[in-house]
Amino acid sequence: MKFGMQAIIVGFFAFLALLGAGFAADAAFRAHAYVLFLLLATGTIFLLKAEVGEGRTVSIFGASDDGPYDDGVIRAGVIATAFWGVVGFLVGVVVAAQLAFPHLNFEPWLNFGRVRPLHTSAVIFAFGGNALIATSFYVVQRTSRARLFGGSLAWWVFWGYQIFIALAATGYLLGITEGREYAEPEWYVDLFLTVVWVAYLVVYLGTILKRNEPHIYVANWFYLAFIVTVALLHVVNNLSVPVSFLGAKSYSVFSGVQDALTQWWYGHNAVGFFLTAGFLGMMYYFVPKQANRPVYSYRLSIIHFWSLIFLYIWAGPHHLHYTALPDWAQTLGMVFSIMLWMPSWGGMINGLMTLSGAWDKLRTDPVIRMMILAVAFYGMSTFEGPMMSIKTVNSLSHYTDWTIGHVHSGALGWNGMITFGALYYLFPRLWNRDGLYSLRLVSWHFWLATIGIVIYAASMWVSGITQGLMWREFDAQGYLVYSFAETVAALHPYYLMRLVGGLLYLSGALVMAYNLAQTVRGAKSVPTAAGVVAAE
Amino acid sequence: MNYHVMREFADSWGLLFMFAFFFCAAMFALFRPNAKKFARDAAEIPFKEDESHGR
Repeated sequence: MKFGMQAIIVGFFAFLALLGAGFAADAAFRAHAYVLFLLLATGTIFLLKAEVGEGRTVSIFGASDDGPYDDGVIRAGVIATAFWGVVGFLVGVVVAAQLAFPHLNFEPWLNFGRVRPLHTSAVIFAFGGNALIATSFYVVQRTSRARLFGGSLAWWVFWGYQIFIALAATGYLLGITEGREYAEPEWYVDLFLTVVWVAYLVVYLGTILKRNEPHIYVANWFYLAFIVTVALLHVVNNLSVPVSFLGAKSYSVFSGVQDALTQWWYGHNAVGFFLTAGFLGMMYYFVPKQANRPVYSYRLSIIHFWSLIFLYIWAGPHHLHYTALPDWAQTLGMVFSIMLWMPSWGGMINGLMTLSGAWDKLRTDPVIRMMILAVAFYGMSTFEGPMMSIKTVNSLSHYTDWTIGHVHSGALGWNGMITFGALYYLFPRLWNRDGLYSLRLVSWHFWLATIGIVIYAASMWVSGITQGLMWREFDAQGYLVYSFAETVAALHPYYLMRLVGGLLYLSGALVMAYNLAQTVRGAKSVPTAAGVVAAE
Repeated sequence: MNYHVMREFADSWGLLFMFAFFFCAAMFALFRPNAKKFARDAAEIPFKEDESHGR
């Protein structure tokens, strides 16, 4: 099989990108269009050269689809997940270093303001998004006992998503941004992502519709809620009017406080449905599989699902406490955030108790240890979040590093660890290996990451509370005691500690990348006694 | 339909509808006929896959 048709289509779009560069209304759009042209032109050349034998599907590092499921796109997806994870963590370390050492801000492309969204998007959308797409394709096929719907449409989802990532990332460095948290890409990239996302929904929903299993397993409920809600959030939040057809700039259709509320309705539900619902889909499949026990309570998982869906969507206004947003809306956001504590802990208990009667696995299996730590972090950050949404707490915590610490205990602890667990589960199965290259290295990864998170979160707590208290300190005459520069100087040691935490987490991810690559190569490390590593 | 009408609908009938939907969904999951057996079977779905590879 050759890829003639695909080459023609991609080549055609490469030509369009070149035209876009030629007729661009501004320099930023021109640069961006050239980036797209280079990407698509390279893709065209690869497609022209690529060739696979008749009737065979694409082989990725020695594994091709001869099983009952479409796994090729999942193999590509898990590789992309590991790759973007390392890239995203590395960029995170860079921005942490920039905060501690301002000389590392290299103008104009690599200053903090441009690199920071690169970090957030790389870890959330590139690492997390690829993990969600790959695992959802894996889980939906296994629990529906059906192949993916739509044939090579899944490949379009994969490559379309990578192009979106590349455009978003290069756009930030070029200074193209809407300035909307977690939704920085400009209008044309947003439109492109919408097309990719609709294709994703079609593949996923199509697979569910042609399932051979009467009941839709609960993991799929969470994945589907994630896909549908993210589509809705993305479209509404990015409603904007471009200044010109071939220009980078656009303006939101909302203004003032409506715009702010729309943005945080999006922003918080990106956390709720991208980083929570989607990853809970992962939890409800991979924890039972790795533990080899069914989920503790299936009925609790259904209650978990419905309460999460009904409560999360209202919690966004807690990002706008003490702003121009009406008081009732702030209180609404706070109350719903506090109510969210219940389903979150119900879900955490459900995940943890799945191990009941098999707690010894924590000692012998570093992969399940990683997953259980992720669930524990899910519980911790979903306790911390509602607490921080209380207005009196928020008056101390808001705009400080406490928020950063909270986000990272959720992202590194919950999202990161459950994804690492899923990757360790998937790689040997996708490449048909007897097991991972080295369980010892998994243990190393576990401890590097855990210690990294603890250092990161603890230093940000101290830093955030220091910051909050210094900002609100008045003297007897009613004057502020500290200037802003004094608070920045006071935080320097914590920023160094944060850098150390980030470095540890990154080195854990590098250990994982090595371990996974060796697993794919089929290498075997020297087995330890009984092939397992005892807990330290 | 202006802001105030929508707001009034949202915090009366809208709220009631959503709560009723949630309540029914939860009650159905918990107490439908044969709920226990159904849940036990559904929880086994991940272990039913007919994989040719893997363990």
